Amino acid sequence: MTMELTGAEITVRCLQKEGVDYIFGYPGGAVLFLYDELFKQDKVRHVLVRHEQAALHAADGYARSSNKVGVALVTSGPGVTNAVTGIATAYMDSIPLVVISGQVPTHAIGLDAFQEVDTVGITRPCVKHNFLVKNVAELANTIKKAFYIASTGRPGPVLVDIPKDVSQQKAPFAYPESVTMRSYNPISKGHAGQIKKAVQLILEAKRPMIYTGGGVILSDAAAQLTELVRTLGFPCTNTLMGLGGYPATDRQFVGMLGMHGTYEANMAMQHCDVLVAVGARFDDRVIGNPKHFYNEDRKIIHIDIDPSSISKRVKVDVPIVGSVSDVLGELLKQLKARKEKPDQAVLDAWWTQIDLWRARDCLKYDRTSSIIKPQGVIEKLYEVTEGNAFVTSDVGQHQMWAAQFYKFDAPRRWINSGGLGTMGFGLPAAMGVQFANRENTVACVTGEASIQMCIQELSTCKQYHLPIKIINLNNRYMGMVRQWQEFFHGNRYAESYMDALPDFVKLAESYGHVGMRIEQPGDVEGALREAFKLKDRLVFMDFITDQTENVFPMVPGGKGLSEMILV
Amino acid sequence: MRHIISLLMENEAGALSRVAGLFSSRGYNIESLTVAATEDPTLSRMTLVTAGSDDVIEQITKQLNKLIEVVKVVDLSEGNHIERELMLMKVRAIGKDREEIKRLADIFRGRIIDVTDKSYTIELTGTGSKLDAFIEAMEHSAILETVRTGASGIGRGERILKV
Repeated sequence: MTMELTGAEITVRCLQKEGVDYIFGYPGGAVLFLYDELFKQDKVRHVLVRHEQAALHAADGYARSSNKVGVALVTSGPGVTNAVTGIATAYMDSIPLVVISGQVPTHAIGLDAFQEVDTVGITRPCVKHNFLVKNVAELANTIKKAFYIASTGRPGPVLVDIPKDVSQQKAPFAYPESVTMRSYNPISKGHAGQIKKAVQLILEAKRPMIYTGGGVILSDAAAQLTELVRTLGFPCTNTLMGLGGYPATDRQFVGMLGMHGTYEANMAMQHCDVLVAVGARFDDRVIGNPKHFYNEDRKIIHIDIDPSSISKRVKVDVPIVGSVSDVLGELLKQLKARKEKPDQAVLDAWWTQIDLWRARDCLKYDRTSSIIKPQGVIEKLYEVTEGNAFVTSDVGQHQMWAAQFYKFDAPRRWINSGGLGTMGFGLPAAMGVQFANRENTVACVTGEASIQMCIQELSTCKQYHLPIKIINLNNRYMGMVRQWQEFFHGNRYAESYMDALPDFVKLAESYGHVGMRIEQPGDVEGALREAFKLKDRLVFMDFITDQTENVFPMVPGGKGLSEMILV
Repeated sequence: MRHIISLLMENEAGALSRVAGLFSSRGYNIESLTVAATEDPTLSRMTLVTAGSDDVIEQITKQLNKLIEVVKVVDLSEGNHIERELMLMKVRAIGKDREEIKRLADIFRGRIIDVTDKSYTIELTGTGSKLDAFIEAMEHSAILETVRTGASGIGRGERILKV
């Protein structure tokens, strides 16, 4: 006989069955029964954040760094609206999350009840799918579906809205072993014929380029990608979301591409004759204006699990729908079976050209400055952590410098909001990363503007003893806004100056953490070494950096990738 | 170019709003949309009339397919198909106009389904352009009200959209 359980009990049982170890949330009226059940068990550990946005970012950081589904729990009304930024952030970067939200009782829905919002309506455009569970008998199956949808195909956040009375009502509980949906059957294997065409193009390529994105990370295909790139001897570039998909210290890596990509990566993109796009979506920040996206005729092969990503901004010649790991596996198999190799002499000539572009040294900066250069801080961070840290970031100049100067050799180490560009992401995401990787070093690269958007989470970090190292690149400006105002708005710095900044050292100390203020370039390395020695403490490092530094190269909006502003 | 897209989706609360939301959030054009349950009550059949370049239509069908509750999507205009729309029109019908309106309705194979001493309500089925032609032919000052359902479509012959 199956047991009758309440909706709240069912929910917690489902989370246990899914192997959820951490759930990030904030209680409220509509989820009290759920919290009561969480309280009675110890398998699913709840992490109390200080704002629902942070719950989502933490679940998101947890998911990105672990390849597991992140789970968040929020109450109805403002709980949900606060969470929306976090849900949209995960949606834009295809991160698997299950969000459980409380809702007012079913009989009160639609009557403008206290803390009522149309959660399914508000979140609909920024979730992969969402559910309102009106019948407790459907709850277990719905949660099963939510985990299945979130983690399969192109991943994404799925929300389950549970009215308070449903969490109280009873139903027989049996967690379904599996789920089948006639309307949802994601494709995994690529079409063998298309892959054969791709192999042919690859073998004939004279100026090949491999361009990879977040899909490689999400599909856990870094090993296959590395094997493919090394087998072929081709150059490889990663998008902001794809960093770590190919080892950044390898000679065949030409750096990140895009608006702030390297000269060599962007030029190779524009001048290649065969472009292999892997788990990337030709985003506007990555390829600039699609009308100016090529300097020479070329063929494009596009591997992506989402058919709607193919030929959305750029027409491609060989589309291959499937999971990156499956398709790359098949591609490698077919390549090996062919026994042919790309023409080495032709490839050497292409590399000679790429090395000329590389010699332009597009990431150079003044290393002799008497003011701290932000790029230098990231370089030292890389040295001090020996390239092994999990690095989260907020959004702006510091994010770009972290992406350019921290060399990620492994996937899931670089955690940032690429699609939505959410300031405030870095610190709460670092909390999730630290929960998923308790023994590892976690650094949050941020700026004095971004960090203040979720600064309250310093309290959460204290409660759970999270020894995150915060690298605050403090230039007293919203740096990226200031940079655009300098370049495109006649140096009129409208509202981009951060006035009345707190004393971050005292602020960190007031939360019970260690604060450091670093003002001299000569002190950067020593401070970092000291901070990272404090294994069990959160250290807030406030680096007072050059106010006028800009991120180079830069492709202005509306231009092609080869039209870079260089330093 | 005008396209008529047919889709089968789970007959669940909110499924329609997902389709409507997709069109508004991505800026797709929507001329008409009709939806009702099929002979299988767990499924709804929707007919969408939209317009756009080939690239846009390709994106529309892909995005529709991506919606979790959508089971199948077909662009009916890719092959032979039939489409019909229903219109109800209330017209002022007084004196000698009554005969004239009756004759016009007959020509278009319309039926008068409600009569008062001052008005007729006419039911007319056909393609959108036939309904347009009827509106054109009717004396405009006589039209009191029109209600159109938007097109419903189905493939010709053996073309079937089924789970």
